Amino acid sequence: MSTVAVEVVYRGIFQKTLARNIVRTIVFAARKEGKIGTAFGRYGDSPERNGIPAKQFAIVSDSPEELEENLAVYEAREVDVTINVDDTMCKGIESWAWYGLQPINALTKPGGTLIVTSRQEADALIEDIHQKDTAYNLAIVPASTSFSGLWVYKDDHTDVRILGALARVCPELVSLDSMLAALEDQGWGGLKLTSARNTHDRLSTRPVEPGEGSEDEPFSFDLPGWKSMEEGLVIRGVEEGTGFRGVAQGDGYDPINSVADGSHGGFEPTRSAVFKKFSTRSMRPVINFDTCIKCTLCWLQCPDTCFDVTPDGLYDANMEACCGCAVCEAVCPVADCITMVNESEFNDNNSQWEHWTQDKEGYHRWMADLIQVQKDKDATRSHGYHSPGTYEAESEVAMAGDDD
Amino acid sequence: MATQTLPPQAEREELISGSEAIAIACSLADVDVITAYPIRPYDTVMQYVSKLKADGAFDCDFIVAESEHSQFEIVKHASAVGARTFCGSSGVGWFYAFEAITVTAGLRLPVVAMVGNRALDDPGAFGVEHNDAMAVRDLGWMLYWVGTAQEALDTALLAWRVAEDPRVFLPAAISCDGSFLTHSQAIVNVPTQEQVNQFLPQYDRGRLLLHPDNPITVAPQVNEDWLMEIRRQTDDAMRRTGDVIKEAYEEFKQVFGRGDPSPFIEEYMTEDADIVLVGMGTLAMPVRVAVRRMREQGKKVGFLRVKFFRPFATDEIREALSHCKAVGVIDRDYSYGSPSYGGVLFNEIRSALYTLDQRPLMQSFIAGLGGREVLVRDVEEMTAMVQESIDSGKVTEENTWIGVRD
Repeated sequence: MSTVAVEVVYRGIFQKTLARNIVRTIVFAARKEGKIGTAFGRYGDSPERNGIPAKQFAIVSDSPEELEENLAVYEAREVDVTINVDDTMCKGIESWAWYGLQPINALTKPGGTLIVTSRQEADALIEDIHQKDTAYNLAIVPASTSFSGLWVYKDDHTDVRILGALARVCPELVSLDSMLAALEDQGWGGLKLTSARNTHDRLSTRPVEPGEGSEDEPFSFDLPGWKSMEEGLVIRGVEEGTGFRGVAQGDGYDPINSVADGSHGGFEPTRSAVFKKFSTRSMRPVINFDTCIKCTLCWLQCPDTCFDVTPDGLYDANMEACCGCAVCEAVCPVADCITMVNESEFNDNNSQWEHWTQDKEGYHRWMADLIQVQKDKDATRSHGYHSPGTYEAESEVAMAGDDD
Repeated sequence: MATQTLPPQAEREELISGSEAIAIACSLADVDVITAYPIRPYDTVMQYVSKLKADGAFDCDFIVAESEHSQFEIVKHASAVGARTFCGSSGVGWFYAFEAITVTAGLRLPVVAMVGNRALDDPGAFGVEHNDAMAVRDLGWMLYWVGTAQEALDTALLAWRVAEDPRVFLPAAISCDGSFLTHSQAIVNVPTQEQVNQFLPQYDRGRLLLHPDNPITVAPQVNEDWLMEIRRQTDDAMRRTGDVIKEAYEEFKQVFGRGDPSPFIEEYMTEDADIVLVGMGTLAMPVRVAVRRMREQGKKVGFLRVKFFRPFATDEIREALSHCKAVGVIDRDYSYGSPSYGGVLFNEIRSALYTLDQRPLMQSFIAGLGGREVLVRDVEEMTAMVQESIDSGKVTEENTWIGVRD
């Protein structure tokens, strides 16, 4: 008698097909061994919305009766393996359903495994991942974030590689042979089977000790009860904004025209106390405050009101509110004033403007490094390949140093 | 020469239909927004409202929508921004508006609607059945069945008063039997404007007002972790309606000098009755006649008219039916495949009586569908069947269709 549960954490639309392929193949593979399983998406998620963290599950049991204990739930209570197919979500996930921020390893059982597709090192990922009070394992499938979504299926082998890794870290779920047989049943042969087997054979895991990882308290809030909730399905609008970082402003204060001499304390919109966007984004803007011409376009066009107006009339992207949509980068008329950089490069949500005012030289070095990293990433191919032969060549690069 | 009509200083008698009575109530209540879309028999209200407006006797935004769905959407939104509202429909027109109807209750908007009860299509038919209005019974609408034109006017005033009470903020539907109420005229006492002003305060949406000065979002999308609390809130509002209705009705009786002992039910010769017949709407007329005749013959028969179907006056109905030997419920509706194939009202009454120590025998009758007349002799026939059950100690036929050709 045993049940094995696996969750796949993915970004809505962009990775829906990828997640679906993984959980379905798990159930097919389990059938090869006479087990029974179910595959489902977390219903409260909104997997048809761009980039929203969402989940799919595969649960495999020895018998239908045992499986039934795990049915009729939205989310498994705990899982043997968590699969994260976008390493920026190692910082935690806020689903569209807004339960606050859930650590990426929240459901991972003691002794279970977190599989992440990433080009980062384990230590760098662990810095982002919330600490647990029980030990678990971290396995990295070396790959860039794969986009196999609602509209496109980027056949870059990420799904089969993850399934190969899964057979390795959780042999009690299914054997590699069963996994490969299930892949073949779905018409996936040749190189894809090789990819699955190679990832299985070459995978290494890194034990994560209790207490290891980010010490950040995951953002959470209490859901109100029916006696305290506003009636009439009303959600009260946020109050008017204040000066930058809460400085009070008098009547008739005009944030646009009053900031020119830097004496009026800027402007910061009030934001919802509970609905944050810490992990919705996979990129964030990095701003060169020295080349900013204060044209207001980023502030005006941002769909999430994420820009705070600083006392000196600059625009500081507030990471509580930024979704990473890159509209600011697109509308900014100054070349290289706003650059979107992958979220995995950041370990905090601190104000860039404060950093810049305190240490302009340090800020510029930091900014230049980030922009270079992003440019390198843009120039490098992801794990995908487009013609026979390139896969082998590229996988040698991607897997360098990962071989046993 | 231009003439000016001054508001009358005293109640005046008028010979008007139930529909006209409701149109006059709209005028007296100074309703801000009225929407309309024609369907018989409701459309008579629409005609009377437009006449009042055309005559200059009543000033309101009167919008003829392109469908019932829009009709109910418009009043829903108007109610959210603080307007007193009225609309109505019949039969499948009411059903076409259903998406708007259910969200109106969900959003706790005190829209008042008149349902001119009409058989649901198909077949197309104009006559009364209660299934149209009844479809909102589970959705958070207060639902009232009117017996006379006078009651139609009075209930409309009561409906705004209760619906717009901040303790309630729920919509109310006033059901008027097609033809028998909507199209027949009776003597009605029309109250003065001063009386109505005294009884009916202005609608104040308070903190829930949708207005730029009160920035709010209404009607969010939620998940399973929010919805149950929202439903429970509406449930609590409906639980509060009982006391608010009682309070308002007492004041109504003081201001207007008329009314029954109870706002929820009307009891007719039930006190010592062995058999109590139960029904709603204009059915009361032949039943009361039949009860009087049977009383003359020494038969202990009474009648209970259910006025408020929602909120359902469980305690009062239980009390009214706890002393009789048998209850015959006459439904002007049907519920295919229901428990015992009984009518909707029958099953609600039976459910309410389940906890009684001494449960009366229960018998269900389906009668008067599609506007077929329920005659005095039909009532006598039903009563005789209930008497047979009492005599034999058991109900052999739990449900019987009355006046239907074999």
